[in-house]
Parts: sequence; C-alpha cells; structure tokens
Amino acid sequence: MLEIKNLHVGLEEEDKQILKGVNLTVETGKVHAIMGPNGSGKSTLSYVLSGKDGYEVTDGSAELEGVDILDMEPEERAAAGLFLAFQYPVEIPGVGNMTFLRTAVNAQRKARGEEELSAAEFLKVVREKAKSLKIDADMLKRPVNVGFSGGEKKRNEILQMAMLEPKMCILDETDSGLDVDAMKLVAEGVNALRDAGRSFLVITHYQRLLDHIKPDVVHIMADGKIVKTGGPELALEVENNGYADILAEVA
Amino acid sequence: MAALDDVQVKEGVDQETVDAVQSVGGKYKYGFETDIEIEYAPKGLNEDIVRLISEKNKEPEWMLEWRLAAYRRWLQMEEPDWAMVDYPEIDFQDQYYYARPKSMAEKPKSLDDVDPKLLETYAKLGIPLKEQALLAGVEAPEGDRRVAVDAVFDSVSVGTTFKDELAKAGVIFCSISEAIQDHPELVKKYLGSVVPQSDNYYATLNSAVFSDGSFVYIPEGTKCPMELSTYFRINAENTGQFERTLIIAEKGAYVSYLEGCTAPQRDIAQLHAAVVELVLLEDAEIKYSTVQNWFPGDEEGKGGIYNFVTKRADCRGDRSKVMWTQVETGSAVTWKYPSCILRGDDSQGEFYSIAIANNMQQADTGTKMIHLGKNTKSRIVSKGISAGKAQNTYRGLVSMHPKAQNARNYTQCDSLLIGDKCGAHTVPYIEVKNNSARVEHEATTSKVDDEQLFYCRQRGMDEEEAVALVVNGFCKDVLQALPMEFAMEAQALVAISLEGSVG
Ligand SMILES: Nc1ncnc2c1ncn2[C@@H]1O[C@H](COP(=O)(O)OP(=O)(O)O)[C@@H](O)[C@H]1O
Ligand SMILES: [Mg+2]
Repeated sequence: MLEIKNLHVGLEEEDKQILKGVNLTVETGKVHAIMGPNGSGKSTLSYVLSGKDGYEVTDGSAELEGVDILDMEPEERAAAGLFLAFQYPVEIPGVGNMTFLRTAVNAQRKARGEEELSAAEFLKVVREKAKSLKIDADMLKRPVNVGFSGGEKKRNEILQMAMLEPKMCILDETDSGLDVDAMKLVAEGVNALRDAGRSFLVITHYQRLLDHIKPDVVHIMADGKIVKTGGPELALEVENNGYADILAEVA
Repeated sequence: MAALDDVQVKEGVDQETVDAVQSVGGKYKYGFETDIEIEYAPKGLNEDIVRLISEKNKEPEWMLEWRLAAYRRWLQMEEPDWAMVDYPEIDFQDQYYYARPKSMAEKPKSLDDVDPKLLETYAKLGIPLKEQALLAGVEAPEGDRRVAVDAVFDSVSVGTTFKDELAKAGVIFCSISEAIQDHPELVKKYLGSVVPQSDNYYATLNSAVFSDGSFVYIPEGTKCPMELSTYFRINAENTGQFERTLIIAEKGAYVSYLEGCTAPQRDIAQLHAAVVELVLLEDAEIKYSTVQNWFPGDEEGKGGIYNFVTKRADCRGDRSKVMWTQVETGSAVTWKYPSCILRGDDSQGEFYSIAIANNMQQADTGTKMIHLGKNTKSRIVSKGISAGKAQNTYRGLVSMHPKAQNARNYTQCDSLLIGDKCGAHTVPYIEVKNNSARVEHEATTSKVDDEQLFYCRQRGMDEEEAVALVVNGFCKDVLQALPMEFAMEAQALVAISLEGSVG
C-alpha cells in the first residue's frame, strides 16, 4: 500500500535535515505503529506524505499503491486515498462541520469521477457514523473544531476518516490528550474501519492506544530514522523501559 | 435567517459556492454586451442636458426646477478627496448622461411589448421578468418566495413585474420616472428629504441628472406581500448611470428590498453615482440588501465602474427599524456609506457588509449611525476581504447626539487578507455627546491561514474551494443577514470574486 524508501527531508526555509533516510513499507490491510521520542520526525513524516508546504524532499521516494505521490498536490493525494488525522486539528470559524464534510466528500468523489452524494444521502450516512462516535447533531452544526474539546476534535477527525473512506490512514497522536473513555471511542472508530483493503499508520507515544488498536508491526523512530522494527511486544518494551534502552542498543 | 440555521439548507448553499467556483472559468460572467441600438443625449453636462433628461422623462416643471437647482449647486462644489481611493481625474464633460435603448422610446405597455433583446439580456443575467419566476439558480423553497423586479437598463426602467398584484395590497412599486408622473404628491414630499440636493458632490450630481430608478410606497400597517427588487444594468459605453431610489414605509409598514447590479467588461472606466433614500415612519421596518457586482476592471486595473453612492435611511418614526446589508464584490472604485439617521425614539439601525477587493480594486465603504433619539440602537458588522493588490477600507461614523439618552452601538469590524500585497484599513469615527450612551467597537485583522488551507486540501478540496470555504466562513454573520435568494448568490459571488487570489 505505502512504500517509503530512503526518504530524506529538510526544511525549505532553513538548512535543517529532519528525516534522514526513512524506510517503511505498510502492506495492504495491515496496521503499523510508529513510536518515538518527541522531535524524532513523526509528524514531519505524516506532513510530507500528505503534501504540506515548507518541506523539501532531498532524497528517496514514497509510493501509494505503486504511484509516486511526492509530486502530487495534497488534494490529489487525498483523492488517491491518503488521509491524515491531524495531531492538532485546525479550527475553521463560520464553516459548519457538516458543510465541511460534505464539501470534502464531494470534492473527492468529483476528483475520482464519481457521482456526488445528494444532501439527503449524505445526511443519512453522516448521522449513522456520527452516532457511533457519539457525535451529536449540535457538534455537526458547529463550526469545524471551533470550541471543540480535545476529545471532540479527535473524534471529529475519525468521523472525517469514516466519511472519506480512505485506503491509507495516518493517525498522528490521535490518542494524546484523551481520557480513557474518549480513547476507547476513537479506537473503536478506527477498529470499525479496519478492513482487508485498508492500511493504517498509527503514530503514538503510548502503548495504551495499541492495547485497543492492535498493530501488526511496531516501528521505533529516532532522529529522523526508523531505528527498530518489531511486533506488538516492541510497544510493551517501550512502555516498560522507555526509549533509552532501545536507543542505546541501536546507537 | 431561521432557515439558514437549518443544516440541510446550509449544505445546499455551500455546494452552490463550490459549484460556482468550478463552473465559472475565473472570469467576470456578466461582462457581455447587449447589441442594441441606443439613443444618447449629446456628450457632456450642462443645463440643456438636465432639461433634456427631464423632457425625456416627461417631467412636470417643478421637477425640472429641482434638477436645475441641484445642477447649479453642483457647479460650485468640489469632488471629495478624503477617501482612501486613487483614480484618474474624471472628466465630467467626457460622459454621456442619458442612454436609452431606441426600442424604449415609447414606453412599452407591458413586459410583453418589451424588446426581446432586452428581455434576453435579463434572462442571461438570471433575472426573471416573468411573474412566477424566482431569482437565478434558486429553487423555490416551500411556500411562495416570489420577487417583484424593476429592471433598469442604462438610463431607463424597462419594466416592473407584479405591479397589479402589489397594487391590490396598496403597495406602489414602479420606476421613479413613473412615480414623478403618477404620484407627484409623494415624490414632492419625500424626494431629497433624506439626502438633500446639496448633500455631497455625487449626490448633488445625481439630483441633477438622475434618469430613472425605483419607487416604493408601502401604506400604513402593510407588510409588503413579496420581496421587491431592482436590477441595474449598465450597457452603453462611456455612459454614467445615475439612478435614484426612494422607498417610503408608512407607520407599521414592512418591506424587504433587494438590489443587484452588473455591467459589461470594458477597458474604459464608467461612472455610477446613485442615491437611495429610505423613509421610515413609526414602527416601520425596511430591509435593504445589495449585491453589487459591477465590472471590477481587469487584473491590471483597466476599466471597471467607479461607484459613488449615497444611501441613507431616515428612521423618523419611533421604533422604526432599518437594516442595510451589502455584498460589495464589484467596481474598480467603491465609495459608499449606507447610513441610518436614528431620529425616532427606540429606533434601530443595522449595517451588515461584506466588501471584497481583489486585483487592483479599491473599496472605501462603511456606514454612519447618527443617534438622535432616546434608546436608539445600532449594530455594525463589517467583513472586509482584500486580495491581489487591492486596498480595502472600512470607514464608519457612530455619533451619539446630546438627546440620545441610553443609545447603544456595537461595531464589529473584521478584515481578512489573502496574500501580502493587499491592504486593509479601519477608520472608525466616534462622537459621543451623551454620557448615558454606549459605544462598543471591536476590530480584527487576520490572514487566510495556510494551516486552514492545508487542512481543507488534505480532505480533498482544491485550493480555490478551500479559500472559498474559509472566506465564506469568515463572512457568515453577514451572509446570514441576507434574504435566502441573495445569500446563495452572494456566497457564489464571494467565491468567484476571489478566483486567482491564491497560488
Ligand atoms: N516547520 C518547522 N520549522 C522548524 N522546525 C521544524 C518544523 N517542522 C518540524 N521541525 C523540527 O523537526 C523536528 C521533528 O519534529 P516533528 O516531526 O514534529 O517530531 P515529532 O512529531 O516526532 O515530535 C523537531 O526538532 C522540530 O522542531
Ligand atoms: Mg508530532
């Protein structure tokens, strides 16, 4: 599904290298987790994959289903099936959550040459999916993320993911700042979307999310590189001993 | 407004925006010209031209005298220069002051007799001159949302719809030239009573040479049975349009009035100087909405309409209420300050504005709230959007006079910048001469945020859709103040006027 090879990324504005040769392959239908200390480049990886400005790819490649995505516009990557649940979802004052969702869904459908959803169809689907994420009608009407609590913002990200039905979902610290109940809701939302045709890259600091979203593979990222890859037990190791041991071991 | 809160309706509205952005290839879509024979008055301005206009309109002597007095006054006035707009000097002798389609020489008896080319023009603009139709692109929500239209083409009114049905309710809706002939007592009593002949340079010019416009009279206790609207179209070249609108709402009367404007795409700038007067007696209410989409000039600032407009409402009666809502997206230069004189006790004035300036456009617009009576209230919500190399100024006056006991004003003035070559300016004037009066002013300036745009694009919208969405969100408070027909049109327009402003 997603194949990243020797990816080197620096900042456009200043001479700073952030990703220093990332290699990562996420197979179709699999859930991979990335853990790693703050500042190791996890968010940068997710931004570069989704096409945010300000980064410069100096070497390497990233392919989605065999297609190089690094030269594509962000909206083209989205239409190709890439989704990023943001670590810090953005507020858009005055734009109803529902309006935002429908505009997004139809933009992607249009880009793929599919028929747009009618208002009625759309409403029906949203209500269903919102319900399972405990998102009420009020939250759907409110402006996108404005005045949302941390948990509401993250649930809203998952709702967007559920509506857009992407192939490759990247979740950037979707668990941070959530209490146990909120985290369970989010995890259930993600698990409901697990599918043989859909892959996940779950970025997290904590083992506890991975108790709920069981990963197939766990990677440790440090200083712009994947330094260790293993099974779910690797997350437990981090939980118990921190990163120090692992980093010392690979240094 | 209630309807707009409904999610489903809002969905439809936004989809319109998006569709509009995608369907219109980045160009002013009303820029076509109607190929029609036009009869002009000789070029230039002098007493004879004033007489000629009066004669063409078959006016009585008193009207001519009124015009001539204005003209003589105008000769002694100077063009104001305090606004933050910069344009080449206007040669007032190098303009035509009267242009009429030849086919309108004899006033058509009904719309069926109107020159098909004119009817076609309005059809192309999406303005229905048929009596069951609605404004363009709007499907009838449940119930009847009919709109009566007065269509003004260059210097003359082409026709007015629903006249008979309105007459049954006692409402007079006709062109001002007809009103001068058919209702002279009303025109004599009210014309110039809100915006005096001597008010300002452009208003005085208008008083001398106005050729047509709309007239509305709502009798006591009457709620106008449908929305009224005037659609102004400038077609002739080198011709100024000087329209005059007069609306009178008697005690307890209510009317919602809409105004739209477009012009062909031309290299040479054209002048538009209108005057609108609203008179409100006790407990009367007028909602006046404008979607101004005159040709804005090209990317380099060539051509476009110079729009100098004086609009004022006089809340003469106690508890009267006026609401100005404007969406100003067109014109090369805009100079416009719809104002409220809150004379009656407990009267209220509201001003909601979206002003968009893109490319080389310049807008200097705002309002004046003159609080004279006790417990008068006013509210100003202004959203200025600048893109390209445009300059956008909010200029507003809130004046609390000595007798304005317990008067209140709230002003919210937000500016949004797209790119870094444009400018936004806020110039509030506040005068308070009564200690019990309260004035509240809030102002913000922000930029369209890259993070917001990236968020939208990650979800699949292209850059223009993303900008349209964010900007419409920024304008929401004002869009919601518009009647629904206009809200959709306005929203689409917001998107279109900002095309090419990113990337
Ligand atoms: N736009 C930016 N400007 C400056 N520094 C940045 C920028 N983006 C990322 N960095 C730096 O790159 C490093 C990696 O950041 P990030 O990808 O956010 O790490 P993580 O998500 O793993 O905590 C950090 O040192 C961070 O400060
Ligand atoms: Mg991060």
